[in-house]
Amino acid sequence: MNMAVKVLVSQLRNVARNRWIIGYAVLLFAVTELLLRFGGGGERALLSLLNVVLLLLPLVSVVFGVIYVHNSREFIELLLAQPVGRGALYGGLFGGLVLTLTSGFVLGVGVPLLLQGGGSPGYLSQGALLVLAGVLLTIVFTAFGLAVAVRFDDRVRALGAALGVWLLCALVYDGIILLVTTLFADYPLEAPLLVMTFLNPVDLARVALLLSFDISALMGYTGAVYERFFGAGGLALALAMLLVCAAVPFGAGWRWFKRKDF
Amino acid sequence: MTAVPSRVELIGLRKRFGRREVLRGVDLTIEAGRITAIVGPNAAGKTTLIKAILGLVRRGPGDGAIVMDGSRLNGECAYRERIGYMPQAAQFPEYLTGREVLDLLMGLRNRPPPPGLDEELLDEFRLRETLDQPVRTLSGGTRQKLNAVVAFLFRPSLLILDEPTAGLDPVAAGILKDKVLRAPSEGATVVLTSHLMAEVEELAQDLVFLLDGAVAWRGTVAGLLEQSGEPRLERAIARLLREAGR
Repeated sequence: MNMAVKVLVSQLRNVARNRWIIGYAVLLFAVTELLLRFGGGGERALLSLLNVVLLLLPLVSVVFGVIYVHNSREFIELLLAQPVGRGALYGGLFGGLVLTLTSGFVLGVGVPLLLQGGGSPGYLSQGALLVLAGVLLTIVFTAFGLAVAVRFDDRVRALGAALGVWLLCALVYDGIILLVTTLFADYPLEAPLLVMTFLNPVDLARVALLLSFDISALMGYTGAVYERFFGAGGLALALAMLLVCAAVPFGAGWRWFKRKDF
Repeated sequence: MTAVPSRVELIGLRKRFGRREVLRGVDLTIEAGRITAIVGPNAAGKTTLIKAILGLVRRGPGDGAIVMDGSRLNGECAYRERIGYMPQAAQFPEYLTGREVLDLLMGLRNRPPPPGLDEELLDEFRLRETLDQPVRTLSGGTRQKLNAVVAFLFRPSLLILDEPTAGLDPVAAGILKDKVLRAPSEGATVVLTSHLMAEVEELAQDLVFLLDGAVAWRGTVAGLLEQSGEPRLERAIARLLREAGR
């Protein structure tokens, strides 16, 4: 465990100085600032920000994870030639990436959110929830990125797979849900839809946040089902489920990493 | 971590990547305190052999055994404390400085070796002034020097050098070669690969000739020269290849 922490700290140092990460934080800062200033204030700005978080964060996390691991390949080999277990090394890599990406996000979005202060009464708690969901999404998609990078040695394939994961979660999955609802419109679909939403981290985060924004009526069928089933308790459940969503790719990547021939 | 060089035994070592059989039963003893060169044509399995010793390449139950200093390597990582490895292409995290890289590697070992770290190369390569620069700003040759420093730093009892002088200028290559030649008296067994036969001739005492994933010839460098009747190792190796029908 100790070893993992040492790897993590050095990864932190390395990634935090990476200009892409710095650019990422600055970009998020600018977007948040703009939305809060000109996006119609309070809840509406948060809603626009939500869409940024739901699309941009997974994309950045998964792609950066893949590229980072591929670029570090030789150094990972050198580290594996030291007295370090593979599990500790993988944990350290993952932790370092998650912490830096998360800090970039929290600084970029959190600081302007705090600076702008409250418009509506629920503003701060909604903002905090947005940040929390963003952090969880970062963890999930970094785990995907690492797993994909370990599985595919070829850069192009790995990037393709990473974009595939992102497309699937961010866009295609909703299309499938839509298709299912129209195809099986005559059947009671609440339960299957609920299950389907639970399997996609982006949908989960969206639902969790929209429920708290109290506008779930606007978000269509999935949200309506959610509202009815969970009320307030659904939020905790959805957030917990996001952690499970992170555990699956992390576990897969961990296994592949342990068995991999370098 | 003492000054006793390691002895490594490979017993029926096999490795396949998918359908391709890269190592087909390598039996080999790397004697303690000697410099052994592993040579062979491209794709003969040299790198895979080295990586198997390092544990970078995974072995299944039927893939033979590696015994280092009397104990069988079984997937634990502690034995690597005794190994210094210099990979062919050095690449370090871009935004770290050389010193941070060294600190990390030191942190991964429980304790420094008894007489302290071996920083000879750091001085001979005059690397100390560049240690505080981010690695990304260093030239390829300088990175390769750092790579060499890392291999020797912890006074390993087994040194594994993959094409050690590739990318080094003649002066640096000379410094490194002198260091390698001193290694046995400093308590290390050396295993190196190189496709520069002049370098092998200069450095190695023992020679292992790999062909298609198996040991085609092994013995001393002097012995091979004598047996082939050729004046230079390059010719002698070429003759081995011809005799093997290649």
